Amino acid sequence: MEMLDLTVAVLVSTIAAATPLLFAALGELITEKAGVLNLGVEGMMLVGAISGFATAVTTGSATLGILAAVLAGAGLALLFAVLTLSLLANQVATGLALTIFGIGLSSLIGRGYVGTPLDRLPRLDLPVLSDLPVLGPLLFGHDALVYLSVALVFAIAWFLGRTRPGLVLRAVGESHDAAHAIGYSVIAIRYAAVVFGGALSGLAGAYLSLAYTPLWIENMTAGRGWIALALVVFSTWKPGRVLLGAYLFGGVTILQFHAQNMAAFQVPSQILAMLPYLATIAVLVLISRDVTRIRLNAPACLGKVFHPAG
Amino acid sequence: MQSNSLAGRAARLLGLGAGIALLASAALAEPLKVGFVYVGPVGDHGWTYQHDQGRLALEAALGDQVETTYVESVPEGADADRVIRQLAASGHELIFTTSFGYMNPTVRVARSFPNVRFEHATGYQRAPNVSTYAARFYEGRYVVGLVAGRMTKSNVIGYIGSHPIPEVIRGINSFTLALRSVNPEAEVRVVWVNSWYDPGREADAAKALIDQGADIILQHTDSPAPVQAAQERGVWAVGQASDMARFGPDAHLTAIVDIWDAYYIDHTKAAIDGSWTSQDTWGGLADDMLRLSDWNAAIPADVVAEAEAAKAAIMSGELHPFRGPVRNQAGEVVVPAGDIVPDGDLLSMDWYVEGVQGSVPK
Repeated sequence: MEMLDLTVAVLVSTIAAATPLLFAALGELITEKAGVLNLGVEGMMLVGAISGFATAVTTGSATLGILAAVLAGAGLALLFAVLTLSLLANQVATGLALTIFGIGLSSLIGRGYVGTPLDRLPRLDLPVLSDLPVLGPLLFGHDALVYLSVALVFAIAWFLGRTRPGLVLRAVGESHDAAHAIGYSVIAIRYAAVVFGGALSGLAGAYLSLAYTPLWIENMTAGRGWIALALVVFSTWKPGRVLLGAYLFGGVTILQFHAQNMAAFQVPSQILAMLPYLATIAVLVLISRDVTRIRLNAPACLGKVFHPAG
Repeated sequence: MQSNSLAGRAARLLGLGAGIALLASAALAEPLKVGFVYVGPVGDHGWTYQHDQGRLALEAALGDQVETTYVESVPEGADADRVIRQLAASGHELIFTTSFGYMNPTVRVARSFPNVRFEHATGYQRAPNVSTYAARFYEGRYVVGLVAGRMTKSNVIGYIGSHPIPEVIRGINSFTLALRSVNPEAEVRVVWVNSWYDPGREADAAKALIDQGADIILQHTDSPAPVQAAQERGVWAVGQASDMARFGPDAHLTAIVDIWDAYYIDHTKAAIDGSWTSQDTWGGLADDMLRLSDWNAAIPADVVAEAEAAKAAIMSGELHPFRGPVRNQAGEVVVPAGDIVPDGDLLSMDWYVEGVQGSVPK
């Protein structure tokens, strides 16, 4: 029973650790599927985190906080879109600049909020279900954002694979010239994808500052934006695998904290700390080792500048 | 020609003398410029915040005699070199560099500015114009250990470590010795997050330890996330560097608070009156370089009394956290009864005492 409790506890912590990665990676997946590489995820997450936190503290409403984070992430992404899609700036350089800008901007906004305590985003509390042993905490004990993140995986998979707008989005990422020739507005579709990606990055930030560790500290994302970026590539742009990757990463992160205190795992903690990265990359590379399929999945126009005249 | 030259020389000498006199009087009237280099943002809790509190105390105490400047969020490495050099070149005569990683840059810049005095926190390299200073935080950890030994019900204490360096290991050992002196059944489980600062990982580590049965969480990392996690899960926690009670009012037993106020005031006064010399300071509770924040009201009075008595005994020198017998994890006595671990061994400590689970990552 004790082992069971511990397992449940590990799984519950895993879900919390994976959720911000999942949001950010799903957002980036949509952006990249439309052919745009936005390396500014970390920056958008940070601005989302502080906007959500500041709004939640000021208004007392977590819902408004989440909304503000989504808008802030989307706003920053819009800036990126204007620079790269309309002004044709280099996407890699602009994305990196966006991250650096986001770090600075979030620190500036956050000056008055460092160390302000905030109540955690409320968890779902269903009368009977949440009290069930094992299943209760595992399935019915989370906050709304956790359910939203999982629902998004299915929604995005369905959107990309089963709907006409999803097909158009993929076409834009695959061959912008062809999409343009049939008459689709490549730029407008990419704008929408980038802004949606930013909104999800903002949401990922809000999860950190409102639910995961409900506080604001400078640079609190601590590199999670970069992990999300890597997840997208290693999962070969498939929403289901992004989910797997995020949960695997979260799970190994939590497990290695437990392994440090088990006699059987007397390995240096630095090696254990690398495990989440190693395990996630290894598993995702293994399941996606079919090179042809990776080529099929990777958006062929990723990162390429589109100019209608050219 | 000859007389002319003589007169000229005399005039020049006089002029020079007057110039020196002018400079001297100007120096008397001018405030001493004191620079501070911080590794993090000032914020309102944690390592850098406490240094900045010291700077503010210095300004309050010496008023017009000093003019302070600080540069925050300076990365350790090449940037630090540039920032310290900039401070030295812009007329700062006393510069405090407040992170271990500033050691080499501080010593390097000090060589180029022999007339500027430097003070480097937590390092060990000194020079005629470079002092070092640090605090015996392990004394605070000992007092906290006594309280933890009385308060734990599960007899499992979770300890979140940053990096396995002597400073952190010394804290773990000091805490464990006190813990087991009042509660031999209790054990300490350490989880390393390999970071000084990552709220998410610190919270994960705290949750992992709580899931393993820990009912008190200690941390040697900078964010209040572990205190927050303890509050959420209904266990105790001990704050680090600053009072963190507002992040977990019920959970927060106390915090080990860094105090640099007196040190900065004394050493700046010494720089002003010319008595400053290069030295190494390792001050403890008795020197007011650390304090314990307010005890949680839920701690029974006799436990508080015991802790306060231990604190007083450490301050008077009667009690030393590392007085033998000290046993290692194998149960062997490594410090015989009555002996005290010398400072040199404390500074290079890389082994756990009995009662700590797991092994030191090498």
